[in-house]
Amino acid sequence: MHHTAMSPSVPLQEMIRAIRSARTQCEERGVIQRECAAIRAQFRQSDNGGRSHNLAKLLYVHMLGYPAHFGQMECVRMIASPRYSEKRVGYLGAMMLLDEKQDASLLITNSIKNDLSHSNQYVQSLALCTLACMGSAEMCRDLAPEIDRLLRASNSYIKKKAALCAVHIVRKVHDLGELFTPAARSLLAEKNHGVLHGAVVLITELCERNQETLERFRKTVPDLVQIMKGLVISGYSPEHDVAGISDPFLQVRILRLLRILGRNNEGASDAMNDLLAQVATNTDSTKTVGNAVLYETVLTVLHIKSESGLRVLAVNILGRFLLNNDRNIRYIAMISLQKIVGTDHNAVQRHRGTIVDCLKDQDASVKRRALDLSLALVSASNVRSMMKELLLFLSSCPPELRAQAASGIFNAAERYAPSQRWHIDTILHVLTTAGGDVRDETVPNLIQLITNASELHCYTVHKLYRALLTDISQQSLVQVACWCIGEYGDLLLRGECQETEPVQVTEDDVLDALETVLQSHMSSPATRGFALTATMKLRTPLSLTANTDRIQSIVSIYGSCIDVELQQRAVEYNALFRKYDHMRAAVLERMPVIEKNSPGHTNGESTGEPIKDIQTLKVKQGEPLLPQQPANQVLTLTQMHVV
Amino acid sequence: MIKAILIFNNHGKPRLSKFYEHYNEDTEQQIIRETFHLVSKRDENVCNFLEGGMLIGGSDYKLIYRHYATLYFVFCVDSSESELGILDLIQVKVFVETLDKCFENVCELDLIFHVDKVHNILAEMVMGGMVLETNMNEIITQVDAQNKMEKSEAGIAGAPARAVSAVKNMNLPEMPRNINIGDISIKVPNLPSFK
Repeated sequence: MHHTAMSPSVPLQEMIRAIRSARTQCEERGVIQRECAAIRAQFRQSDNGGRSHNLAKLLYVHMLGYPAHFGQMECVRMIASPRYSEKRVGYLGAMMLLDEKQDASLLITNSIKNDLSHSNQYVQSLALCTLACMGSAEMCRDLAPEIDRLLRASNSYIKKKAALCAVHIVRKVHDLGELFTPAARSLLAEKNHGVLHGAVVLITELCERNQETLERFRKTVPDLVQIMKGLVISGYSPEHDVAGISDPFLQVRILRLLRILGRNNEGASDAMNDLLAQVATNTDSTKTVGNAVLYETVLTVLHIKSESGLRVLAVNILGRFLLNNDRNIRYIAMISLQKIVGTDHNAVQRHRGTIVDCLKDQDASVKRRALDLSLALVSASNVRSMMKELLLFLSSCPPELRAQAASGIFNAAERYAPSQRWHIDTILHVLTTAGGDVRDETVPNLIQLITNASELHCYTVHKLYRALLTDISQQSLVQVACWCIGEYGDLLLRGECQETEPVQVTEDDVLDALETVLQSHMSSPATRGFALTATMKLRTPLSLTANTDRIQSIVSIYGSCIDVELQQRAVEYNALFRKYDHMRAAVLERMPVIEKNSPGHTNGESTGEPIKDIQTLKVKQGEPLLPQQPANQVLTLTQMHVV
Repeated sequence: MIKAILIFNNHGKPRLSKFYEHYNEDTEQQIIRETFHLVSKRDENVCNFLEGGMLIGGSDYKLIYRHYATLYFVFCVDSSESELGILDLIQVKVFVETLDKCFENVCELDLIFHVDKVHNILAEMVMGGMVLETNMNEIITQVDAQNKMEKSEAGIAGAPARAVSAVKNMNLPEMPRNINIGDISIKVPNLPSFK
């Protein structure tokens, strides 16, 4: 359908209608391309009445995701225009299209500077807004004195904007904090809530950046307490009332600032104690805003040096939040508890039951918070019951949380395992449920654990063998199982085991299992490597010639495997078959106990030896026994592998 | 700080996107898509906070959102913002209610056709990624004053254009029904207002 471009003086709505009447994505693209071409042509003309409309159209198109960079210079021109409507669109465009990396942004610095001193407050406001949104470090340095001036001598409307602009400046250029400190201090005396709000945000930013500044601002605690009291106690003020609470946004900001000022300081904490108690007890918690204020109060109480009575009150409020019907409140409660679980661990433990219940909540966000908190609450005394819950959670948890859950469980198991068997069982459970989501280091870590639990070798290998029969898709599990079968194959074949029911496992069964792994398309090359080596290791315990021949044939098949690693191993093992009878047993001996790298080293963090090294370890054992070899095809390959 | 404010409809079409940190165009679109993807999966009765997106700022950010009729209002914030506070900002007495006052029973079409006005309103509430003003009346007063300024500037030169748009805008509630809109299924009679 042919469509002519809109004339430039037609406002934004016309173009929007045209775009919306396009029935397909392709048609829409066509309309937009024609519009953009027209807009570009218009930009090139020096002066026309519809300039702001063109830029507005371009910004709309930009929002839909189409390129609009050719409008950058137009923004610069519009900002310099004397007309308010053009400045407005120009500044909006600058915020959307320009950033400090582009040269065009430097060009507007001068315009901003001029507009900051404009007689019209709305023009000043545009400049302030844009500077706060995308001002670069140089622009900030350049214009900071202007902002400071505006902080002191202007109307409330400008002052509040200047305050937030100053925050942006301080974020970009930290040193400029010094410049704004005196003005920030005097702003606390303002009555206008918008200005107060801006002032508190600015002071918070200054204190967070500079310890000395923080010390100086501690003197303002009485003033802040006064302001809060005014908000909390004063009668109904319709201007600032939100659901019965007077300016909750300002209250929240002040509470945060008080938190920063009171931290680690007795004097400041004392000065705010009464106020906090008052807010905690008097705030109406039936509405969201009330809860917003309450929860900030609780966090402040818990982060400063407050009296113990007040602390108990605070944690109880959080406990009440946890039982609230409103999911948002429960979510917020868990966030707060997470923040204090380090410092007030016992208090949080009291709510463990409720938190664990939240693991079963329908809401994924609530589940996520519950998982973090539950993991933080695992301790030596509750590890068995907590782990039961966590494993249950793992089997049905949303996929995006599985890796985190698995890794958290491993960490907790490592730190608090009541027994080695429990530890191994737990890890096996995780591998069976979520084997695909565990980190690579899990395999060597688990192997290390197993070698260290020598009484459990028989139990472990039986359990793993059974797991292997059920499911060979979980690579981590299969790798560990193969390794164990290779190491403890003799225990497996022996049949009896103290800890599990005896089961007859024949040599054929074991070889079948390993061959299945080798041949399955689900097995990764690394897994095949494990299986191959395990097959080889069984050479020693297997007695029937038929089976040793079978091993040899399996191994030699892989001598022509495409995967280089497997091929190399197969060839070496083959060599071990044909010669070296005198040392074969030694080479295939059981591995020694693998030492832990460091105490308290956690699963999931690296430093477990990578899989390949464990394999090389085996060959290294044979190294001193291999004398210097005369030139021989097969041996050269073997020699290359032995480092 | 607030990293971004996004409004999109039930199909993910952006109705307003304001970023307080700079990203290139492709990244911006990706953020909008990812946010829509995360938010649209949520049931109606779960909490209004979402974590787990990776694009903006990595792990220290969450999405606080509200679903009204055909629109999602999403604030992407970092941990320095009060979650409940922002939720209120969206809902009670501030953002949506202000829009409602300015547009008289605001609906999606208002946002579509007057996105520049929505930007202007937003600019009086949030600046540089920080909450600026939360008093609804104050916000409306300032927005009105600025609009007046623009109109008076248009003056005589703007009269023909204004006449044209005045004619076109008559019976505006009627007009949209005749436009072939592919992406929104509007049961037009009573466009729901947001509360």
